[in-house]
Amino acid sequence: MADALHQFVIQPIGPDLQVAGMNLAFTNSALWMVIATMLSVGILMAGIRKKSLVPGRMQSVSEMSYEFIANMIRENIGTGGMQYFPLLFTVFFMVFMGNSLGLVPYSFTYTSHLIVTAALALLIFICVCVLGIARHGAHFFSLFVPPGVPALMLPLIVPIEVLSFLIRPVTLSVRLFANMMAGHILLKVIAGFAVAFLSMGVMGATLGILPTLFNTVLIGFELLIAFLQAYVFTILSCIYLKDTVELEH
Amino acid sequence: MELEAVKLLAGAIALIPLLGVGIGLGLIFSSYNEAVGRNPGAAELLDKKFFLTFALTEALAIFALLVSFYLVFA
Repeated sequence: MADALHQFVIQPIGPDLQVAGMNLAFTNSALWMVIATMLSVGILMAGIRKKSLVPGRMQSVSEMSYEFIANMIRENIGTGGMQYFPLLFTVFFMVFMGNSLGLVPYSFTYTSHLIVTAALALLIFICVCVLGIARHGAHFFSLFVPPGVPALMLPLIVPIEVLSFLIRPVTLSVRLFANMMAGHILLKVIAGFAVAFLSMGVMGATLGILPTLFNTVLIGFELLIAFLQAYVFTILSCIYLKDTVELEH
Repeated sequence: MELEAVKLLAGAIALIPLLGVGIGLGLIFSSYNEAVGRNPGAAELLDKKFFLTFALTEALAIFALLVSFYLVFA
């Protein structure tokens, strides 16, 4: 029996392509990213194919997902943040599809790899830095000086603020990756209990129903976590991108 | 001490933060329920904040779990 960590192994599909010392093979991770992209694009395209005033089922899904992200941006950034709608909408669906497709048996969860989530988080971080400095110039660094702090405290506060700014991409990526990895390990460990019970005869097989039932509950919980983590990732991106639109002071 | 024993012990110690996360989650749930009980009309507004704080607090437990896994298995 494969151990609980076997599910995270990246395997090449098809030829093992080596270019200039780099492995450019098409992997199972890439395959599921393609599936996630196709699926989200497909659902949205199917939703807007037949435009009607009273939306049908598919159109409702598209409209609801639009409204969901648009409301999130309006509440957290303001109407000036709608310029980031395409970015945040894409990030949300990339993460959400990755999380929820990972719950399909025998699939691969690409968001359970730190490199994927770190790339997404760094995209947001670099966006904030570049756009913030381009829009506000040197005034952007007033981000590190909270208003209303006495001058005596500044040598202490400013390094803390700088550190908390620099740690943002780390916490953003590790939160998503760790949640996904821990959840999937838990599912496989509990499933492993059921298999271990099964090898203990009739009595064991009967007892094995318990971990299976527990796993069923856990799948529901993981579905909640899958949505929640995508939501948290997007809302934190919103909060970080807010600094590029308007500074507090 | 044996290296294996120290690894397991370190993994266990790394899970102590769960104590704080448990208290924190309890506070979040209790104040959410109290707020909704006092003002059911605000439930929709509170839901979003509740889920955000819940996910942020829960992430700390997962961080601790990750460190523990790393200590024991790596």
